[in-house]
Amino acid sequence: MSNVNNILLAGVGGQGIILAGKLLAEVLAAGGFDVKLSEVHGMAQRGGSVVTQVRFGPRVYSPLVSPGKVDYLVAFEQIEAWRWISWMRSGGLLIMDEQIIYPAGKTQVSLPEDLTSRPGTICLNARQLARQAGLVKAANMVLLGALAAHLGLDLKIWHRVLEDLVPAKYLEPNRKALEEGFARAKPSHDSLSSGPPC
Amino acid sequence: MKEIMSGNEAIARGAYESGVSVAVAYPGTPSTEILENIAQHPSIRAQWSPNEKVALEVGIGASLAGARVLVAMKHVGLNVAADPWLTIAYTGVNGGLVLVSADDPGMHSSQNEQDNRFYARMAGVPMLEPADSQEAKEFVGLALRISEEYDTPVLLRTTTRIAHSKGLVELGERGEHPLRPYTKDPKKYVMIPAHGRLRHQAAADRLAKLTRLAEETPVNKVEQRGKVGVITAGVCYQYVRETLPEASVLKLGLTYPLPKDKIRTFAQQVDELYVIEELEPFLEEQIRAMGISVKGKELTGVLGELDQKRLAVSLGLEDPPPSASAVSRPPVLCPGCPHRGVFYVLRRLRLTVMGDIGCYSLGALPPLDAMDTCICMGSSIGSALGMEKADPAWAERCVAVIGDSTFLHSGMTPLLDVVYNGGSTTVLILDNSTTAMTGHQDHPASGRTLGGDPAPKVDLEMLIRALGVRRVQRVDAYDLAAIRRAVREETAAPEPSVIIVSRSCALRTSPARPLVVDEAKCNGCHACLKLGCPAIQEGARIDPHLCRGCGLCSQVCPRGAIGGDSNVQC
Ligand SMILES: Cc1ncc(C[n+]2csc(CCOP(=O)(O)OP(=O)(O)O)c2C)c(N)n1
Repeated sequence: MSNVNNILLAGVGGQGIILAGKLLAEVLAAGGFDVKLSEVHGMAQRGGSVVTQVRFGPRVYSPLVSPGKVDYLVAFEQIEAWRWISWMRSGGLLIMDEQIIYPAGKTQVSLPEDLTSRPGTICLNARQLARQAGLVKAANMVLLGALAAHLGLDLKIWHRVLEDLVPAKYLEPNRKALEEGFARAKPSHDSLSSGPPC
Repeated sequence: MKEIMSGNEAIARGAYESGVSVAVAYPGTPSTEILENIAQHPSIRAQWSPNEKVALEVGIGASLAGARVLVAMKHVGLNVAADPWLTIAYTGVNGGLVLVSADDPGMHSSQNEQDNRFYARMAGVPMLEPADSQEAKEFVGLALRISEEYDTPVLLRTTTRIAHSKGLVELGERGEHPLRPYTKDPKKYVMIPAHGRLRHQAAADRLAKLTRLAEETPVNKVEQRGKVGVITAGVCYQYVRETLPEASVLKLGLTYPLPKDKIRTFAQQVDELYVIEELEPFLEEQIRAMGISVKGKELTGVLGELDQKRLAVSLGLEDPPPSASAVSRPPVLCPGCPHRGVFYVLRRLRLTVMGDIGCYSLGALPPLDAMDTCICMGSSIGSALGMEKADPAWAERCVAVIGDSTFLHSGMTPLLDVVYNGGSTTVLILDNSTTAMTGHQDHPASGRTLGGDPAPKVDLEMLIRALGVRRVQRVDAYDLAAIRRAVREETAAPEPSVIIVSRSCALRTSPARPLVVDEAKCNGCHACLKLGCPAIQEGARIDPHLCRGCGLCSQVCPRGAIGGDSNVQC
């Protein structure tokens, strides 16, 4: 099923991953793709690792992504990026928020030093960019904006779906956050091979 | 028009389109969103019942009154509702009745991974298994038609990956189904033994007719491709299509009773036959019993969830994936969670704790480590009584801990048992005014209905006293000293006692000002870390973005180094 694309949104309960997944799936459907998405509810959401799997293409069967087949990994913090990185196919794109959310009680964990700067990695300070856009909670939109820059769908679709899903009073900062992420991640010249500075 | 829907949203939509007018459930992952979505449709009377047995019984009444009915629950909920379930299999229905059982292979959010397909077989009732959201919607309508035509309840069995995966669904219109008239018919509905024998025969005859339906229905369909054949159902169909795109597939939508002729014909047309199913060899054993040789469980095993990768590995087509290297991140009680203090105290008092199911089950994990058992909803109180029956010395060393929703679900009868049979068990009811674990559903003591309307709020204390418990105390969940005092008093008291520990769920209240550690006073003893609060980091430092100002850490700090506005009132 090589004409199916696989996206993972990985983070921690409470980071807005469910909404991000919903938005992404709506955008892909509006873009004319068959879409399937699988998410985590219940017990795991209480501070545990949360991953939403999204697949799109002309026809999608399984709602689950296979290890080694991830085209786009969007990690909402570094530990979750590290957890899922082995699921990426070679040449896949990692979009990550540079923050680290430690498991309860911990203040350090061992992560590879080059995690944020490997080739094919876009590392952003999504919370700060979201704050600048007017809403810290819109960090999820910054990351989606970065993804949008690489999925090749018209940004207008994203804005239309955003309008449908986000309550009016939060729309503007979410819109800005999305554009901010888009602008930071635009695949200009050879930025992908070197990875933008973090 | 197409919309992206989860399986649960699609089932709700299916109920709406097929003219369901009564929908009943008790929450449970992965079934909860079905009723939450049905409740958006004013044309359907939807409600949370206190437990699954009551939910099904309400559904039975509504069906008798002629309504089309949907009842939903997680897999273990059907254990609770099994009693009415196995007998309405005899009585049949009036208005169509579909029971949605959402199973949880892999135990994403459950205490076991039982395979509820056996409940269809045990009851002799037809079962449908959708393979995606579109089918989830359609199968509700199909289930209701079968229910009315064959005079039977129907089991619609989903799994977590159907319930919580989303896909495109074609929407239809609402079809109205006026109430069918009720006619008194004791031979059909009064299951005294003489009538039961007749109705068991009727159910057996019905099953024979349903077998013919299974042969003819388009939801049991053959996709002819290569010489390798696979019989499969539900989400496994999707995994088979990914892993064995060239295989011929017999995709079963109606998985009980089985279309035996269709299966035989299919088996003859292929050289090699696999049965791919999650959990138990439900299809496989029945097919083997027909004398057909198949491969299945010896490859896939009976544990956990399948996916296309695992399927490919079990078929020897791919290597196993590398295991994850990042630190694990087990779920934890939230910052400010009102359950934390209770477990902190129970651990310090070295009590044995018969636990129960809810967010508070997380009190079993380190560093709180304060729960000895967690079996099923309501089990804490009976188990505590049992400890004491085995050795009266346990009365002072063992307590039961149960959430408010769980107490109302199945905690009242065991408490009655404590009173009736002379126990002196101490029960702590963790009253956070909601069913938090499953996403904050209302219940009979929360003061609101599923639809958000005000409802009478049961007075827990009066209820407990009415059961015959004389010693009832209320304490503030944020007051460690008060909890400690109450637990000491009540475990010492030689009679049944209940401590109601109250505070609203931290996710539903606005936070108080975050606390701060006075670094001049902190000597790094880490007493505060024993609370297992995600807001407190080694050092000790409090993350102001996470802290909700509950004040527990300032109460356990031996040096008074944690301060700020803790806002402990009550
Ligand atoms: C028979 C059964 N039905 C439903 C569930 C799903 N479930 C697990 S815990 C729970 C209730 C939790 O509510 P409560 O006891 O108030 O504790 P809280 O999560 O609010 O702390 C439910 C509905 C289950 N495990 N078993």
